[in-house]
Amino acid sequence: MAFVIEPSEPVKIVVDHLKFFYSDHQVLKDISFKVPEKRVTALIGPSGCGKTTLLRCFNRMHDLYPGNRYEGRILLDGENILDPNYDVIKLRIRVGMVFQKPTAFPMSIFDNVAYGLRLQGLKNKTELVDRVEKALKDAALWDEVKDKLNKPATALSGGQQQRLCIARAIAVEPEVLLFDEPTSALDPISTAKIEELVVSFRDKLTVIIVTHNMQQAARVSDYTAFMYMGELIEFNKTEEIFVKPKEKLTEDYITGRFG
Amino acid sequence: MDAVKRRKIVNGVVLVLSTLAALFGLMWLFWILGTLLYKGLGSLSWEVFVGDPPGPGDNTGGLKHAIVGQTLIVLIATVIGIPLGILAGTYLSEYGGNSRIANFIRDLSDVVMSVPSIVVGTFIYAIMVKPAGHFMGIAGSISLAIMMIPIILRTTDDMLRMVPPELREAAYALGATKFKVIKDVVYRAAITGIVTGVILSVARIGGETAPLLFTSFNNNFFTLNMFQPMASLTVTMYDYAMSPYKYWQQLAWAAAIILTFGVLGANILGRVIAHYKFKK
Repeated sequence: MAFVIEPSEPVKIVVDHLKFFYSDHQVLKDISFKVPEKRVTALIGPSGCGKTTLLRCFNRMHDLYPGNRYEGRILLDGENILDPNYDVIKLRIRVGMVFQKPTAFPMSIFDNVAYGLRLQGLKNKTELVDRVEKALKDAALWDEVKDKLNKPATALSGGQQQRLCIARAIAVEPEVLLFDEPTSALDPISTAKIEELVVSFRDKLTVIIVTHNMQQAARVSDYTAFMYMGELIEFNKTEEIFVKPKEKLTEDYITGRFG
Repeated sequence: MDAVKRRKIVNGVVLVLSTLAALFGLMWLFWILGTLLYKGLGSLSWEVFVGDPPGPGDNTGGLKHAIVGQTLIVLIATVIGIPLGILAGTYLSEYGGNSRIANFIRDLSDVVMSVPSIVVGTFIYAIMVKPAGHFMGIAGSISLAIMMIPIILRTTDDMLRMVPPELREAAYALGATKFKVIKDVVYRAAITGIVTGVILSVARIGGETAPLLFTSFNNNFFTLNMFQPMASLTVTMYDYAMSPYKYWQQLAWAAAIILTFGVLGANILGRVIAHYKFKK
């Protein structure tokens, strides 16, 4: 009953009959679709539909808590990342994540951005400085923080902290970047800046973004997946989904009849 | 209108009563501090800090032996207590979580916290002092460390659990291992709370006498040897206050003042740090 299209671009991630369980409670029910490379894919749907749960499968965040179980496959460049033998650390270097609330670490602005690079063993000071600067520029934060790189990151505003988290995530040059409702804790101006960033990553990396806000999905994404009660209802080009949805449920949701 | 009036009167009465109760409680604190200052300030002098212990009937001499002894005993206790307490707290918060064994350890540690301190002292007496055949400073340190560990463990556990899970997830999401996450992110986020817990635990054990009576006992001579009986401010204060010599009694007041303000200072320091940390 689900309407799922095949993207015209090269495929980065294949979700293949994915099921996910919190202990005995099944949250994702047999989800299959393909995420196009170097495009922005939005996951939308009402609260509790499983969109964040799905997002957290892509970097196996669920592994942190006991009792969680995956079934099915997620292929990243053809390799099944749900394979228990797949190195989660390597996966998380390739697939970065930005969270709902800004998560600046209790250290300086510079150290925050350098953290992922240092984890990978980068010690060369000049290279660190260069890559931190590049990441901060790409996250449109450089001009605001270039004179206070050694100040604690927690002194920044919420919106700046969120851009810092983006800089930290892109500093390690991931192939995929996951956003979990990145603007839900921010004011409209900060939201606009984050959205601009997301759009700027198009053509550079594969972005998957969970959002509550349908206008946001319409503004930033190329493809949209609509989920309801743990199932994928429709996956289509964003303009198709918002202009002429194929499924009745999708239409009801985007026209505000429920959710 | 009548009901409103009555409520206002009840309100006033309760306010007056509770204020009086608060003042009554505080009065004792200030009375103690006042008496201490009144009686003790006169006995404080440079000699008290640097002088060797007085002989019976002497009118000169000081508490150098007890001040150094107290500092050493508490310092070694802290050196033993901090790593054990922090590591145990880290286990509980980061590895144990809400598992049965972790909750069992938490309960057990609460029990140890409420064991009377003299029991800790007699326990160390039985397992260390008796077999060795003589009192020793290190035994005093160990009994104080036993009292410190549950306090540090509890605060470390509480402080680490206050670190938002998102912060840990963010570090994992960058490809950090569990050890890295704890060391680089969780400890940093909780450091002020942990330091506060450590300082408050030092303040808590600093004034203990009972665990030292059976372990480090006392020494009328200056020593740095932890394997000999060692003087402490608390036990010295007890001995000197009970002595018939006027000068010794004066020194007991001086010891009381040094100890009280040392412990009070540590407490205030701990609270000031906590205040600045949690104000935000």
